[in-house]
Amino acid sequence: MKKLLKREGVQAFLASIICILLGLLIGYVVLLLINPNGATESIVKLVQNFFVSKRANLRLKNFGNTLTKTIPLIMCSLSILFSYKVGLFNIGAAGQYVAGACACLYAALGWGWGWLPCMLFAMVIAAVYGAIVGVLKAYCNVNEVISGIMLNWIGLYTANTILSSVKETASPYTLYLDKENPSALLPNIGLDKLFNNSTVTIAVPMALIIAIVVSIVLNKTRIGYELRATGINKNAAKYAGMAENRNIIMTLAISGALAGLGASMLYQTGYMRWECTQSSVPAMGFNGIAAAFLGGLSPIGTIFSSFFIQHITDGGSNVNTNFYSSQISDVISSVIIYLCGFVLFIKLTINKMISRSDEKKGAKN
Amino acid sequence: MESPYAIEMLNITKRFPGIIANDNITLQLKKGEIHALLGENGAGKSTLMSVLFGLYQAEEGTIKKDGEVVKINDPNDANALGIGMVHQHFKLVECFTVLDNIIMGVEPVGPMGFLRKKEAREKVIALSKKYGLDVDPDAKIEDITVGMQQRTEILKMLYRDNEILIFDEPTAVLTPQEIDELMQIMRNLAAEGKSILFISHKLAEIMAVADRCTVLRKGKYIGTVNTKDVTMEELSAMMVGRNVNFHVEKKPATPGDTVLEVRHMTVASKTHSNNAVKDASFKVRRGEIVCIAGIDGNGQSELVYGLTGLEPLTKGEIVLDGKDITKASIRKRSTSGMSHIPEDRHKHGLVLDYSLEYNMILQTYFESAFTDKIGFLRRKNIRNFSDKLIEQYDVRSGQGSITSARSMSGGNQQKAIIARELDKQPEVLVAVQPTRGLDVGAIEYIHKQLVAQRDAGKAVLLISLELDEVMDVPDRILVMYEGEIVGELDPKKTTQEELGLYMAGAKRDEVKA
Repeated sequence: MKKLLKREGVQAFLASIICILLGLLIGYVVLLLINPNGATESIVKLVQNFFVSKRANLRLKNFGNTLTKTIPLIMCSLSILFSYKVGLFNIGAAGQYVAGACACLYAALGWGWGWLPCMLFAMVIAAVYGAIVGVLKAYCNVNEVISGIMLNWIGLYTANTILSSVKETASPYTLYLDKENPSALLPNIGLDKLFNNSTVTIAVPMALIIAIVVSIVLNKTRIGYELRATGINKNAAKYAGMAENRNIIMTLAISGALAGLGASMLYQTGYMRWECTQSSVPAMGFNGIAAAFLGGLSPIGTIFSSFFIQHITDGGSNVNTNFYSSQISDVISSVIIYLCGFVLFIKLTINKMISRSDEKKGAKN
Repeated sequence: MESPYAIEMLNITKRFPGIIANDNITLQLKKGEIHALLGENGAGKSTLMSVLFGLYQAEEGTIKKDGEVVKINDPNDANALGIGMVHQHFKLVECFTVLDNIIMGVEPVGPMGFLRKKEAREKVIALSKKYGLDVDPDAKIEDITVGMQQRTEILKMLYRDNEILIFDEPTAVLTPQEIDELMQIMRNLAAEGKSILFISHKLAEIMAVADRCTVLRKGKYIGTVNTKDVTMEELSAMMVGRNVNFHVEKKPATPGDTVLEVRHMTVASKTHSNNAVKDASFKVRRGEIVCIAGIDGNGQSELVYGLTGLEPLTKGEIVLDGKDITKASIRKRSTSGMSHIPEDRHKHGLVLDYSLEYNMILQTYFESAFTDKIGFLRRKNIRNFSDKLIEQYDVRSGQGSITSARSMSGGNQQKAIIARELDKQPEVLVAVQPTRGLDVGAIEYIHKQLVAQRDAGKAVLLISLELDEVMDVPDRILVMYEGEIVGELDPKKTTQEELGLYMAGAKRDEVKA
């Protein structure tokens, strides 16, 4: 039993499960405090998400919606995870995501590009946007969190400005992609029929493959070896002759590309349009932080954690609005996401408990 | 009846998972004596002191103050009992004055919350006169010598009326002359009734100043002796458990042609506006060990940074094997035949959270033996290479190649670095304090490796702070003082006293490159 507990993977999994349960529990308590009548029903429905639907068809369709929104979350959390492994906290993923969204939407609506060029363009622009943070960090020693947060806002308002030229005249939203330029929509490769939902696209298998590629790059290649060494011990990396500045910039560029790709994978499904008057940075990049930690900082883990987070976020809309105001769903899912950040703390606690019981044993011997 | 002991630690046992750090140790400090605590690294000295300071709780044993059992739960309890310590690394605020540092935490305050510095100053001056501790109360810590910083630390304890004074390896940072001064201060303190615990592994100092000496080895209590009744050899045998050959066996050197030449090297300092290395020039030839000696902080670290490429030179050039490498990258220097055993193995030498095998390829991971054409690591080759080095250099670790470097002992971490650096077959080996913090057995091993490099016709540049090492290992000594090379000495002809004068800046000659 203890041997099992000592294994890194088991610990990560256990810590994530504990966080989820704690989050649900606290969410439930919040509901109880506000109004005990609908609490149990609401929390159950929240966890059920699309299973709530009576008709199989609708269930499948809602499952597809959750899946579509899970994809950008996976990409954002991969973006954060990749930097994190190299010792950088890429809170700018949110801004890089915005840059990607802006790039692919403008290329699609303004220039009428096809889906693949749009997607690659989003990647490149977001990579450049990420690289700015890297250059500032490498050559001016600007903390990546500070410059990241500032660039998030710069990105948001720049995107609003640029995309205003391709918005509907009567609303703040950008034009419908499927009406203006259907060629920019991601191909469905038959998944739309499977899920009875036109927004389920090639993005789903792509994201899964990218997660696996990130895992392989980090663990099995020379670049991964070098980047992780730089992340764990910058001084040793320098001593070993690694180009640390280049590594920092490259890392943030790759992170940016991942986040930008995530944006393209959502906006090019036609599921969502950009609101040109929005005054807050889309939460996707920030939720990616929670997903990365909940996934135990493993690329494969993020697939599941991202899905879970999106699942409860969507499930939040099932909360009974007769008893609670409609924002309650955000509160509950925020509480759960917030607790996801505690994964490392719980892991540490598990470790401490093990070593304490070891110490006791040692004292007896 | 009053107890003759100021503090007693009786039958102290402290266990950690897997090891017993202190096994039934007894230490009795008489009032007014200087008592040495002797032991190698890892013998349990630090653990014992941490127990005394309440940082750890012993599983068994009692602590008595003036014959009465006391419970020390945290450092505040220790302070209240009058126990004070001068740490190896001083705990001083650099930009405060000596006086500010002394009163910090126990500032005399008037009714309105104003500091009463005048009172404090008078007390400090009185104390420094009484014990012969020469300090300038208004000088800033960053401007004064290490010796004076240490005296500030001692005054800190006296200002708090501490009765039991612990000195943790106090001589490591001092010149031989400053060491003599410190010894005198310790004698004065003891004569005034203070009880002193002197932690050290330097036998000569213990013999010179201590009344009694308690020896620990591998967590066990070996014994307490009167220093008058034993010889240095006996003490060392008690400490190590066998007779140690202090002298490094080596044949006379047969130097060949110059491998490394440094001309007018100047390196800027990171901490102040002066240059850390000023116009240093020297040569290292095949088949010789050249040692750069000096007190810590006289530019040796920066000299190495400049040499290995970690910091740029502001002036001068470096020639390795006939090629100018002044502007070459770290990687280029490494691949052109320079190996570097860094000063700080945790900061530079190892990626602690990597496995041992990944650390073994830290500088060669990009070579075709370890990375294939697409960029994947050749894990099998890496494992074989690491296993080979582990066997060849006798690196001991829990799980072999896959052991996390963090979990290895300091000596074996150092052996791993040495294995990696020597396997590169360097033309010149730059070894910076390669024996720092290691036990006698590991030191012997490392010295042998250095001599073996020399005998294989390679050049070795050793940077050391340990006087014994400086006198014993090299074929030539260069002394550095305030960033300059102030003297070249022949270890066979010079004495520690002469070396000390050069190190303290009291003597210098013009050294030709």
